[in-house]
Amino acid sequence: MTKQIKIKRGLDIKLMGKAEEKLQTIKSKRYALKPTDFHGLFPKLLVKVGDQVQRGTPVYSDKNRDYIKFTSPVSGVVADIVRGEKRKIFEIIIESDGSDSFVKFDVADYKSKSAETLKSLLVESGIWAYIRQRPYNVVANPIDKPNAIFISAFDTAPLAANVDFTMQGKKEAFQAGINALSKIGNCKIYLGINSQTRCETFTQAQGVEVIGFDGPHPAGNVGIQIHHVSPINKGDIYWTVQPQDVATIGNLFLKGQYDSQLNIAVCGSEVKNPQYYTVNRGSEVAPLLKDNLKVEDNFRIISGNVLTGTKVEKTGFISFYHNSLTIIPEGFKRDFMGWLIPSPEKHSFYRTSLSWLMPNKEYRLNTNINGGERAFVFTGEMEKVFPMNIYPMQLLKSIIVEDIDQMEQLGIYEVVEEDFALCEYISTSKIEIQDLIRQGLDMVRKEMS
Amino acid sequence: MKAIRDILDSIKPHVQKGGKFHALHSFYDAIDTLMFVPGTTTSKGSHIRDGVDMKRTMFVVVIALIPALLFGMWNVGAMHFVSNGYEATFLQSFWYGFIEVLPLIVVSYGVGLTVEIIFAQFRGHEVNEGFFVSGMLIPLVLPVTTPLWVVAIAVAFAVVFSKEVFGGTGMNLVNPALFARAFLFFAYPSFMSGDFVWISEKADAFSGATPLAELAAGNTPNLSVLDMLIGNYSGSIGESSFIAIAIGAAILLFTGVASWKVMTSFFLGGLGMGLLLNVFAGSFPDNSYLALPAFQHLLLGGFAFGGVFMITDPVTAAQTETGKWIYGFLAGFLAIMVRVLNPAYPEGVMLAILLMNVFAPTIDYYVVDSNINKRLKRAKVKA
Repeated sequence: MTKQIKIKRGLDIKLMGKAEEKLQTIKSKRYALKPTDFHGLFPKLLVKVGDQVQRGTPVYSDKNRDYIKFTSPVSGVVADIVRGEKRKIFEIIIESDGSDSFVKFDVADYKSKSAETLKSLLVESGIWAYIRQRPYNVVANPIDKPNAIFISAFDTAPLAANVDFTMQGKKEAFQAGINALSKIGNCKIYLGINSQTRCETFTQAQGVEVIGFDGPHPAGNVGIQIHHVSPINKGDIYWTVQPQDVATIGNLFLKGQYDSQLNIAVCGSEVKNPQYYTVNRGSEVAPLLKDNLKVEDNFRIISGNVLTGTKVEKTGFISFYHNSLTIIPEGFKRDFMGWLIPSPEKHSFYRTSLSWLMPNKEYRLNTNINGGERAFVFTGEMEKVFPMNIYPMQLLKSIIVEDIDQMEQLGIYEVVEEDFALCEYISTSKIEIQDLIRQGLDMVRKEMS
Repeated sequence: MKAIRDILDSIKPHVQKGGKFHALHSFYDAIDTLMFVPGTTTSKGSHIRDGVDMKRTMFVVVIALIPALLFGMWNVGAMHFVSNGYEATFLQSFWYGFIEVLPLIVVSYGVGLTVEIIFAQFRGHEVNEGFFVSGMLIPLVLPVTTPLWVVAIAVAFAVVFSKEVFGGTGMNLVNPALFARAFLFFAYPSFMSGDFVWISEKADAFSGATPLAELAAGNTPNLSVLDMLIGNYSGSIGESSFIAIAIGAAILLFTGVASWKVMTSFFLGGLGMGLLLNVFAGSFPDNSYLALPAFQHLLLGGFAFGGVFMITDPVTAAQTETGKWIYGFLAGFLAIMVRVLNPAYPEGVMLAILLMNVFAPTIDYYVVDSNINKRLKRAKVKA
């Protein structure tokens, strides 16, 4: 019998356009690596426009830790490097040549190799970047010794991809990934599963401690799971990896190549046929949305889920850690007396509108803020959707006044933006809480380094 | 709708930066966002947001105040006619009260919102909805005979010195409505206390004393428990009817706008002190106030009104869930203590709540500190 943990506080937001469980492969022409997917990363280019790359060829590295490399998901040619203000690199675009040639990594006899060798294989292939560390939620440091590795095997965010489905056929790779992680981390690995799951990839995984979680979002957030199993103290380092990324790690050792295939959910109220697709990582979004949208304009494409994802353009690309693409309407329309008249179109956590009468209704929510920004006024609301033994408002206020000692004392190391996404969603004062948390994390990280 | 939108859009260029009436842009924004929810979309963080906003939540509190307001209007008329010995119909009483009370509300909102808009203009932020509620609370805790110029001074003083100097709604230390009441109580005591202020155009022969004043004087007021529940006796406009306030409380608790923890603990605190006083009543037979059944304390005076609408102000209350229990209980406990055990004032709710407003951050400090210590201990055990 696995250990069971019940998460009581939280909120499931039901949206229209859940992905149907069927899978189709789509090969895009264009792919991109986006250095902006990584917090506090300064990229150092290793290629220039016109260079030929293979799947697994390094494209750029981290300027501060140049052994951390990011590699091309497909073979082809570097088509463009998109820069913004101060020449900041936004996208390195690679046009696929369709040949799918790849860099071969020497993984012969990998089971008997040392942890250092495995680490350097992961680093060389660019797959290391899938291992992130807490605190700060940044790419892990290979020289660190983590306290434990956490893998959350389910996602509770609105319209999130069904992990059991996206992991189909990846059981062997997943186990191989676990074995490799166990060796390089030299620590315990926790696998947080949905209590109801039947997915054997997870229930029969070897070398991990399986912990069942039950409850509303954010029960699937790995940070919430860490908090309930082994909370992070100052100085602790935990590593986190997503299930499909564990399989990618496994495939490196099974096949000797960077297997950049990923199953993603294309979902949201504006999608005609929401379903799953197999793509290569970093794929352009356009082929996935071609003839698949209900509307011509006035929609937002989000790489990731509606609470934590990144807005991308029609010509944009899927981000590094995301396994879903969500399309929802934009909310430019100004509702007459919208604050007063209860609208059945709007969802609310509170009983001041009518949505509590319809707990199972699926909503077509848009991007309107539904109000204006105010100071913190109401108290005790965040705690209802924040299942951690942390005072969320006090922590946020300590960030506003930039009191690093207070942030540490109130538990900044245990949180990342996504844990506060629901607090932000329900905020009556419409405060940009996730951004605030990131500012706090950056402040602490700078102070510590 | 389209016509209103068009009018607003046609005014907009004039109040924007560089426009002739830029000085009025906060006023324009307030009206504009009141009529139409802003078209702003999310740019960072969560892409979708809850349908709630400050206007809606504050409006719920105003709705919750309506029963007390309507009853207060009727009661003002009824007390006027009773004191003069007239028989009056329900509608006559209500109409009389309506005419008496409405100017107080208009002055309160007019002055308060003007001050808010001026501050918003200078500070460059949007007008906060906090005064939606304060503007209604202030007239309801005043005697009906309060002169309008006094109301205007109190409102302006309270908004500026209890709220805006601290940075506006959300930053204030004490409840602005109670601050206004306290200001009047000490600055203009002749309008706020005594037997003459509670009833409009009272006949001289009729005693206009509030039940609490009678109790403090050592008399037992001639009121049944039913009267206390209904509230047909003299007092501040909105405070007397327990039933009307209870309807408001039900609205606030059902919608979750007010904290049930603060409200419950406030009443428990008052009841606790009342019972404690009852215990000592036998030892001091001279003081009949001590013997007043504890539950009647909760029905009389401003206790219910304070416990439902004042103590639950989230900004000035304790902000931690454990802190809310402590905060509410102490406030209720002190309210009855001040009410009974002091020779000068017949009522203690206002002063007790203001005192606890000041102490709320201290309570929170210790509650949060215990969380910090738990975290420190955890780190040490592990190390």
